[in-house]
Amino acid sequence: MGIFVGKETKVIVQGITGKAARFHTKQMIEYGTQIVAGVTPGKAGQEVEGVPVFNTVRDAKEATGANASVIFVPARFAADAIMEAADAELGVVVCISEHVPVLDMIKVRRYLEGKKTQLIGPNCPGILTVDEAKLGIIPGYIHRKGHVGVISRSGTLTYEATFQLTAAGIGQTTAIGIGGDPVKGTDFLDALKQFNDDPDTYAVLMIGEIGGNAEEDAAKWIAANMKKPVAAFIAGRQAPPGKRMGHAGAIIAGGKGTAADKIKALNAVGIEVADTVAQIGETVVRTLKKAGIYDACHTC
Amino acid sequence: MNIHEYQSKAVLRSYGVTVPEGKPAFSVEEAVKNAAEIPGDVKVVKAQIHAGGRGKAGGVKLSHSPEEVRAYAQELLGKILVTKQTGPAGKQVNRLLIEAGSHIRKEYYLSFVIDRQTACVVMMGSEEGGMEIEQVAAETPEKIIKEYIDPAVGLLPFQASRMAYALHFPAECIRKAEKLMMCLYNAFVGEDCSLAEINPLVTTEEGDVVALDAKLNFDDSALFRHPEITELRDASEEDPKESAAAAAGLNYVNLGGDVACMVNGAGLAMATVDMIKFYGGEPANFLDVGGDSTPEKIATAFRIMLAGGQAKGIFVNIFGGINKCDLVAQGIVDAAKMVSEDGHSLPVPVVVRLEGTNVERGREILKETPIANVIMAPTMEGGAETIVNLVHAAEKQEG
Repeated sequence: MGIFVGKETKVIVQGITGKAARFHTKQMIEYGTQIVAGVTPGKAGQEVEGVPVFNTVRDAKEATGANASVIFVPARFAADAIMEAADAELGVVVCISEHVPVLDMIKVRRYLEGKKTQLIGPNCPGILTVDEAKLGIIPGYIHRKGHVGVISRSGTLTYEATFQLTAAGIGQTTAIGIGGDPVKGTDFLDALKQFNDDPDTYAVLMIGEIGGNAEEDAAKWIAANMKKPVAAFIAGRQAPPGKRMGHAGAIIAGGKGTAADKIKALNAVGIEVADTVAQIGETVVRTLKKAGIYDACHTC
Repeated sequence: MNIHEYQSKAVLRSYGVTVPEGKPAFSVEEAVKNAAEIPGDVKVVKAQIHAGGRGKAGGVKLSHSPEEVRAYAQELLGKILVTKQTGPAGKQVNRLLIEAGSHIRKEYYLSFVIDRQTACVVMMGSEEGGMEIEQVAAETPEKIIKEYIDPAVGLLPFQASRMAYALHFPAECIRKAEKLMMCLYNAFVGEDCSLAEINPLVTTEEGDVVALDAKLNFDDSALFRHPEITELRDASEEDPKESAAAAAGLNYVNLGGDVACMVNGAGLAMATVDMIKFYGGEPANFLDVGGDSTPEKIATAFRIMLAGGQAKGIFVNIFGGINKCDLVAQGIVDAAKMVSEDGHSLPVPVVVRLEGTNVERGREILKETPIANVIMAPTMEGGAETIVNLVHAAEKQEG
């Protein structure tokens, strides 16, 4: 099981003929993902890693029955690529591209209203359902099958956290990097709702960072609706106000979006927040033990 | 990216926003000459730095004669202005804006920003002109009026009208206020702004609606479609280490302390800074070397961290996901050769934590090529603690 993607997901790689896309197409196939088509305008008829290339997403979908895509196009073309995928009614669209203009993303969000497409990203590492499928650049080998869902705004922090979980014998269902941009597709709330309904997921690890108030909103929703225990980590306690910390969305603006506020909101609803990045694994273990599900989650 | 007030006003003027007549000046003589070419009895001499709060810090002067303009220009040019937003170090004034004085009737606040929650542009207005909007939001949030803008149709005339009436503009100024809002919105979306703020926006005795101040910030990701905005960058307003890093494709933020770190990934880099502080160290910087770190990039990162003797110790924290640890390790060895004088030693202790893809090979490479001062850390926590202890020990020795 897991959320958003799995064995049945048939994936188009948009921008498949680019260097990074070729590399990751190979990686995704090796992980067992059904990569059924690629799209690069003007390159129809070619093949990349044995995958047929089409000129448009619509052509690719009609020929292969694809229901998802992963986007590796340059940032300036990313918004158009997302909207093309949504127009073709793909269910899940993962945008890896970084530095997509914010006003482009605002248009995209408006365009997606009323459509059935679930956008993940942009500026994200993608999504991986353990031993089933990966859409994006998350390294597969650090994961083990289990029952903890991982949601994160950061790529390397997702890997770091998953690595610690695996080392502690705690397997995962799905790891999803929602990306570091201020205006994006899937947010904590969307992923939490999915994990809440996924019978295979027993607990969730949520990794946030400074900027915005998505973590605070998630805390409120968890208190009211979440049936499963949640552990958390927030990066950026030492970030100075007004400075962008690498991610476009990681900025404390007008005194809002501090790590302290987020930790307070999470603690207030009973969620333990790891003191340091090195303690994420043990914090999850403590949370699982407290909920009495450690043995069930100790899968590897 | 930020630009100066006079540059923002020039951009806004081109979109039809009414701004006072004014000209920038880089010298005292230029200030006096420009003041003579601007009509009116009162001229305003305004310090141009990338920070707000200039008025209260003495950076805005009203002058009534060429002699006064000269005196104020002499006083302000070269002065270190310390405002609420500059921090205690302040910022040196290198440019002035000489502007025609306005006969102010009332001050307002108007801005356009990105609202992350609703994923749209929002227009904010308030009658509390001249005050910091954060303060108004904290103390009297009901005094801030908002209009959320549908990106499919843009700011609609009725929304501008509703804002103008809500802010109680006098009847003869309503149309002008609406027009200014529409022009400001066009500038915001036309130039890919992340902030367009007019504080204060004023009504004048003559019945005009004028942007007395102007602050535009731009979305860095969209600068590729605005080469003319990119040209307005003032490097002297930026931290030299941050500029050097940006030029090399590195994400660097100077945090002022002496325990430096070099990390792959923005989230892990933030978390590493936090961990240095957690173990009692003063973080020198945030530094994300990204996913495609070459030896040249790592060498540049080392040079930036070591410049000016700021870093007393460096913590390298790498989680090899797509990045391979052996390549990063080779990068460190090569970088040490480029940075060090004798080719195999670094001037401050460097603690290296490697984990992830090809980690064994990476550790071997660092063992095979011993570099004085490089210490391998078995764990991330251990590494953070070690570097903080080493820096503290060095400080004690220095006395």
